[in-house]
Amino acid sequence: MTAAAAARAGTGPRVPWLRAPLLFGAMLALLALLVARALYLQWIDNQFLQDQGLSRYSRDLEVPAHRGRILDRFGEPLAISTPVKSIWAWPDQVVATPGQLQALAAVLDLDPRVLAARLGAGDVFVYLKRGVAPEVAARAAALGIKGLHDDDEYRRYYPGGEVMSHVLGFTGDHDVGQEGMELAQQSWLGGTPGSRRVIINRRGEAVEDVANIRSPREGRDLVLSIDSRLQYLAYRELKAAVELNQAKAGGLVILDTRTGEILALANWPSYNPNNRNRVAPERMRNRALTDIFEPGSTLKPFTIAAALDAGKVTPATIVDTAPGTLTIGTATIHDAHREGALSVEQVIQKSSNVGAAKIALSLPAETMWQTLSGAGFGAPPKSGFPGEVSGRLRPPKSWRPIEQATIAYGHGIAVNLVQLARAYSIFATDGELKPVTLFKEAGPVAGAPVLKPETARAVRHMLEMVTQPGGTAPKAQVPGYRVAGKTGTAHKLEGGSYVNKYVSSFVGFAPASNPRLIIAVMIDEPSGSQYYGGIVAAPAFSSVMGAALRLLGVPTDAPINQPLLPADGNAVREET
Amino acid sequence: MVRLNLLLLATLVACALSLVTSRHQARQLFVELDREQASARSYEIEYGQLQLEQSTWAMPARIEKVAREQLKMQLPAAGRVRVLDAGPR
Repeated sequence: MTAAAAARAGTGPRVPWLRAPLLFGAMLALLALLVARALYLQWIDNQFLQDQGLSRYSRDLEVPAHRGRILDRFGEPLAISTPVKSIWAWPDQVVATPGQLQALAAVLDLDPRVLAARLGAGDVFVYLKRGVAPEVAARAAALGIKGLHDDDEYRRYYPGGEVMSHVLGFTGDHDVGQEGMELAQQSWLGGTPGSRRVIINRRGEAVEDVANIRSPREGRDLVLSIDSRLQYLAYRELKAAVELNQAKAGGLVILDTRTGEILALANWPSYNPNNRNRVAPERMRNRALTDIFEPGSTLKPFTIAAALDAGKVTPATIVDTAPGTLTIGTATIHDAHREGALSVEQVIQKSSNVGAAKIALSLPAETMWQTLSGAGFGAPPKSGFPGEVSGRLRPPKSWRPIEQATIAYGHGIAVNLVQLARAYSIFATDGELKPVTLFKEAGPVAGAPVLKPETARAVRHMLEMVTQPGGTAPKAQVPGYRVAGKTGTAHKLEGGSYVNKYVSSFVGFAPASNPRLIIAVMIDEPSGSQYYGGIVAAPAFSSVMGAALRLLGVPTDAPINQPLLPADGNAVREET
Repeated sequence: MVRLNLLLLATLVACALSLVTSRHQARQLFVELDREQASARSYEIEYGQLQLEQSTWAMPARIEKVAREQLKMQLPAAGRVRVLDAGPR
C-alpha cells in the first residue's frame, strides 16, 4: 500500500514491522564501521596522518655544505665554489606572452630562437640555462612568467683559467671532481650537506630545533705547492716557445730543490676550465705527468754519474770518440758533430753519443740500472696526481749491448717530464733524490741518497760547462747566476722506428753554487727551422729561471754584466 | 584552606603564563638566530665571490698587460741592472 492510498483511506501511516529494527541495525553497523575506521587510523595505519600532522608544523631543512677551495702556496685562491641558479621549466606549464619571452631571452643572454626551441619541447623537463648568477635569476623571476623555476647549485670558478687548468682539473655536475687534483682530492674537498628538523610557525619561520638528522660536513681547503706567480711565468714562456718553434705540444716543470715541491707545472696546449664546451679531451691531458717520451741526451749525466760512482772513470779520463761513429753488431751510433779525444767532462759538455755509449759499455748493466732506478726512472713519481705514469725502464738482465749503449744517451728508455726534473735533484743536491709532491711542505724534506756527494758535485760541474762557451746550451745562461743543465734532442719513435721528428728538451738548475730551482722544459715536435734542445728549449729555460730567481729573491752568484754568450750559431750541436 | 588553594591557583596561573611568555621569547630568539645564521652564510658566500673577483683582477696576466700597455713599464735589460752588495749583515 502506498502512502497516497493510506492518506485517501484516512488512516495514519502504517510502519512496516521490520523497518525500525532494520534502520537501527544499519545505523549501528555504520557507526561500528566509523569506529573501526577510527581505530584503524589511530593504531594501525597511523603513519599517513601523523606525517600530515607533522608537516603542518615541522620541516626538514637542508643545511648546505660547500666544496673546499684550492689555494696556492701563499693562499691565493685557485678554485672557488659559489652558489648559482639553474633555471628550468616544464614547457607545457609555461604561460608567457611573446614580450615576456623576449625579455627572458635578453636576461638569460640566450638566442630567442634557442629559447623558443627549448620551450617547444613539450611535456619534458628542460633546463633553460644552468649556472646563472643569482642576480640574473632574480631578474628572470621578476618577469613574472608562470611555470618558470630555479634551483640552487654550486659552480666552480677558476680565476687562473688556462694557466693552471692541467694541475687543478675541474669538477662536473653537482661540483664533483672529474679531473686532476679536483678528482684526486674529492674526499678532502667535497662537502656533505646536512639536514635538520625544525618546528615552523604560521609564517613558515623556523622557531625551534627538534632534531639534527645529519650534521653537514664542510669541504676542506686544499693547499697546493704551486706558486701562482711562477706558474704564470712558466705558462707564458712555454706558450711563447711552443709558438715560436711551431711545435705540437710542450711542458715545463719547476721544482724546489730543498723540498721537492712542484712550484709550477705548465702544459701546452691548454684549455679554459671555466668554459670547456667543445674542448678536445687531449687538450685536457696533463702531459708532463701522464705522457712519456724518450728523453735523449738529458739522460747522459746519469750514465756518467754511474761510471763516476763506480770508480770506472774520473772527470778527466779521456774517451776517444773519433771518428764520430760506433758500430755495435749491426747498429751504428752517430755523433751530430765529429770530435776526437774528449774528456768525460767534455762528453757531457758537447753531448757526445759515442762517448756516452763507450762509457756505458764499460759498466755492468746492473750498475747503470741501479743509478737510473735510484734516480726514480721506471717508477711513478707519486706526486699525488691521478693517472701519472711510471715510464719505461727495462730490467738490466734483458739489456743487449746495443740497448745499454742507447740507454746511455736516452733512447730505449721512456720517462715523463716530472720524473726527469725530479731525477736531476740528485745533481742539484749532494746526491739525494728528493720526493716530488704537489702539496705544500712545511720545511726542507730529506731525500734518499743515490750518489756519492763528490760524484754529484763533479756532475754538477760538468753540467755547468754545458751552458758555457763550448757547450751545447749557452742560451740557457741567466745573467747574474751560474746555471747548470743538459740539453736533449731526441728522435721520436713512431711505429717502432725513429723518424725525423724531435723532442727537444732542457733540464737544469740554478744557482749552480747552491741550487734552488730545477726547471725541465720539453718541446714536442718543433717544426720551425731549428730543433736542437739548446736552441729551442734552452731560451725558455733561461727566461723562466731568470725571472723565477728574481721573484724569489735568490742572491746572485755571478757577475751580472758579463755575458759569456758566444756569437749566434756558434753553439755546439747535438743530436739525441 | 580555601585561601591556600586560591594562593596555589594564582601561583599556578602565574607559572603557566610565564612558561608561555618564555616559550614565546625562546621562539622569537630562535627565529632571530636563524636569520643571523642565514645572513652569516650569505656573507660567507659574498666573501667567496669577492675573493674570486679579487683574484681575477690580480691575475698575473692582467697585471702584466696593464703594466706594459697602460703604465708603459718594461724589464730593464741586463746591461742596465746594478747589483748592490749588501755587505756583511
